[in-house]
Amino acid sequence: MTEIVNYIIGFFLLAGGFLSLVASFGVLRLPDVYTRNHAASKSATLGIMCILLGTFLYFYIVHGIFNSKVLLAIVFIFVTAPVGGHLIARAAYHSGAKLWDKSVRDDLKDKEKYDRQHP
Amino acid sequence: MLGLIYRVIKGPTTPDRVVALDALGVNLIAIVALVSMLIDSDAFLEVILLLGILAFIGTVSFSKFLEKGAIIERDRNR
Repeated sequence: MTEIVNYIIGFFLLAGGFLSLVASFGVLRLPDVYTRNHAASKSATLGIMCILLGTFLYFYIVHGIFNSKVLLAIVFIFVTAPVGGHLIARAAYHSGAKLWDKSVRDDLKDKEKYDRQHP
Repeated sequence: MLGLIYRVIKGPTTPDRVVALDALGVNLIAIVALVSMLIDSDAFLEVILLLGILAFIGTVSFSKFLEKGAIIERDRNR
């Protein structure tokens, strides 16, 4: 029983560490702000949730401590990380960051014209 | 994490630095969780929740600052 639980906890921790590593490479290698933001937000949700779930299971099963704060932190990160990523991307667009020159679609570019036509 | 610090210092534009700072805050949460498992103490678990909230508030205020130039607006009748 304990061995199986140890393997599950180890799997969660390794998956979280691997996702964080991939996201760090993405932030280093991708070409513009928006794709980097995509990589960073993905690590924020999935990798950190895996690591926190592993921590919660470790304290619950090995030590018998039901720690509700970690669960609350998981829920909080799951809610706020996409919101934060979206806010950063929007602020970056409005402050005039360039898109990558191979991007094919820019939906916010004719938003002003659309707003003027449909008041 | 070193890659993220590199992007914070080197990053070409300001939104790049903000993205990297946000990711740094979130990675700091993971490191606190790993350290608290490593030394078998559950005293650090409040720190995780607090760091999550602080990282989110920092992200929101940075993006508002980038967009408008002011964090708290005094203009009420809009």
